[in-house]
Amino acid sequence: MSAVVAEHDKHHDHSHDDHDHGPAKGILRWIITTNHKDIGTLYLVFALVMFFVGGTMALVIRAELFEPGLQFVEPQFFNSMTTMHALVMVFGAVMPGFVGLANWMIPMMIGAPDMALPRMNNMSFWMLVAGILLLASTLFMEGGAPASGWTLYPPLVLQTGKALPFAVFSVHLLGISSIMGAINIIATIFNMRAPGMTLMRMPMFVWTWVITAFLLVAVMPVFAGAVTMLLTDKFFETSFFDAAGGGDPVLYQHIFWFFGHPEVYIMILPTFGVASTIIPVFARKPLFGYSSMVYATAAIAFLSFIVWAHHMFTVGMPIVGELYFMYATMLIAIPTAVKVFNWTATMWKGSMTLETPMLFSIAFVALFTLGGFTGLMMSIAPSDLQYHDTYFIVAHFHYTLVPASVFMLMAAGYYWLPKWTGNMYNEKVGQLHFWLSAISVNILFFPQHFLGLAGMPRRIPDYNVQFADWNMISSIGGFIFGISQLLFLYIVIDTIRGGTGIKATNEVWDGAVQYGGGGTVGLEWTLPSPPPYHTFTEAPVVVPIEYEH
Amino acid sequence: MSTSHGYYIPHRATWPVLATAGLVCMAVGFANHLNGSPSGMNIMMMGLAFFIVMVAGWFTLQATESESGTYNTQVGISFRMGMMWFIFSEVMFFAVFFGTLWYTRNLSVPWLGGEGTGAATKELLWPDYEAGWPTNGPKHLGGKLVDGKPSGEFEPMGAFGLPLLNTLLLLSSGVTVTWAHHGLLAKNRDQLIKGLIATVTLGLLFVLCQATEYHEAYTEMGLQLGSGIYGSTFFMLTGFHGFHVCVGAIILSVVLFRSWKGHFKPENHFAFEGAAWYWHFVDVVWLGLFIFVYLI
Repeated sequence: MSAVVAEHDKHHDHSHDDHDHGPAKGILRWIITTNHKDIGTLYLVFALVMFFVGGTMALVIRAELFEPGLQFVEPQFFNSMTTMHALVMVFGAVMPGFVGLANWMIPMMIGAPDMALPRMNNMSFWMLVAGILLLASTLFMEGGAPASGWTLYPPLVLQTGKALPFAVFSVHLLGISSIMGAINIIATIFNMRAPGMTLMRMPMFVWTWVITAFLLVAVMPVFAGAVTMLLTDKFFETSFFDAAGGGDPVLYQHIFWFFGHPEVYIMILPTFGVASTIIPVFARKPLFGYSSMVYATAAIAFLSFIVWAHHMFTVGMPIVGELYFMYATMLIAIPTAVKVFNWTATMWKGSMTLETPMLFSIAFVALFTLGGFTGLMMSIAPSDLQYHDTYFIVAHFHYTLVPASVFMLMAAGYYWLPKWTGNMYNEKVGQLHFWLSAISVNILFFPQHFLGLAGMPRRIPDYNVQFADWNMISSIGGFIFGISQLLFLYIVIDTIRGGTGIKATNEVWDGAVQYGGGGTVGLEWTLPSPPPYHTFTEAPVVVPIEYEH
Repeated sequence: MSTSHGYYIPHRATWPVLATAGLVCMAVGFANHLNGSPSGMNIMMMGLAFFIVMVAGWFTLQATESESGTYNTQVGISFRMGMMWFIFSEVMFFAVFFGTLWYTRNLSVPWLGGEGTGAATKELLWPDYEAGWPTNGPKHLGGKLVDGKPSGEFEPMGAFGLPLLNTLLLLSSGVTVTWAHHGLLAKNRDQLIKGLIATVTLGLLFVLCQATEYHEAYTEMGLQLGSGIYGSTFFMLTGFHGFHVCVGAIILSVVLFRSWKGHFKPENHFAFEGAAWYWHFVDVVWLGLFIFVYLI
């Protein structure tokens, strides 16, 4: 030990940088930081801002759909809103939200001093900001923002005005950002674990993220390639998606969904990770079936690469293709069910307490299962011919994204805010936020199942009067949900500024040290709240926890 | 600072955010150029210049730190993992275009010609179209200029001749870079430098041959980006590959410069290894191109 410390000091004798230990002063701290906690905070704040930007767009959509007829916006702008809402939420809110959690938590969870490649970490954040700014700038361009839906299908998307090249380059920048972020996470997890933190003892959040990172590295370049071909088709006379030159617009759909299907799992796997981390703590029981959780995550990730054309049952595929993609898609239900059963079994006979993070987690398990079941319905190709491009699919994927990914981002916020800030949040406001969100999200999305089954198409600003009632109810739910989220904003700001005045202990949650890790103690809960700027500059030696069965 | 077991954590980084600014400037400039703005190209070039200066600054910093012994084995492993997965992402990027070639050649073009479920497609769209490969599509897009207008006639690129020569050039460059690596490991700096010079030269020769081939394709063979799906896939695949060869040659030149300055030790030469991996990757992609684009 003394030898180690001596070496440490010697290094600093040679260091001429007096500010070596702390952050830079003022705003510069955030711009040039390479600290995983600072960058994590940047990502999380950015995600929260984008959540409100994307949410405002959603409210424009719901306001227009409140009644039949055209009320507030032009159809073209309406279509831009559906497109931009999706792109902003996917690439600006949900993905950065989880990357922010990864940055903050992974080094602390595995006993590492920082991310493996800290400078690249800084660049991936700023590339994200740049990409989203480029995307947002298209709203103000001649011809408007892209209005083809987030899938950017040709030939429709090629009719976009001046926004097209900006949207394409925005995807490139976002892709580079995600790939760099993912590479960093892989290198951190495989190279930076403290002694004793073996792979099968890692917290589930870390496991789900390393698998997500592989998905990101594999599919972001695929999306970049697809939009590059859109660009050359539009500006350089190529005919990739033009049958007149021997190309095929359906080819774009294949490439897009080869990216797009893993992409939706990129948004859900870290969600699973957060749930698997929170539920054991509040049930005061170790996670049921840890290793089956790991294998189920890997299985879902693998399957995500071989099911993409279930998004395209109606475009015209050989029947063999339809059948294959139908059965392969159904397989996903198996590992997903393993997870749902494991979460339920973890809660079974646990000494549960229902603080806000746990409330969100329980709602997640229930409502995600609902979204999963509608997914199973749509995997059946002949049935999907009826559901395709209706509000049924809108209801389906919003159930897997809002009360799943978004709820678990919220849950993670409540769970770790006391650790990050050192202050307890206001539990009463948190509970109010949960109940308002959980009820309104169902008022918002549940009626959309009925609308879809009755045949209401998605991405339309006006509709037949027969759909009026459910649309009005859905819009009311949407506005309650949207406004309720301001409570979360309030809580975050309030907690940072001192919250209830109660200081958080190191452990914060009763049982977090024992149940908050994977096969070891929850390392982040052994640190002070808030943790110092640098943590684990000396690797902790991690001992496994033996549970009595 | 350095942690007790020597892990190096940098604290500030101005280069990444500036490099990002350069990239954004490039993207905005290029997008404006495509939209017909006259200043677009200038903005893009400014961004490119900015980006190059920033990357140069960043890499100089890394090289200086590496040579001063700031990094240890663990940092070296992180760098290697980073490079490995970066190359994997590049593999996936090329996979898109190889996949496009496979799909159009084996599925969509035959369907246009009436195969499989495409009978109605052929009948309704272009009943006269004879599907086959190479093709510039039912509308015979692009082709040699006759009286200033594209005629729809083009010649496909043969495999023997320049492409075969290029294959030999790249394969030998793979050998020379390995020879240089052996030199590095054996502390034979002369062999290291000679090997790298040979590799860069072979790479540049490859680019030269490729440029000649493109010139011929455009001026004499009627083969352009606009020559239907054959032209699109041909130029997209070989073009992105050629770009990667250029990038690889630049990286190797930097490594050559550093070798000449006396950098790298047998136990510490990540930059060399990263460059060599990248070069082998470019090599392998070319083999795929030679087989699937030129030969078959």
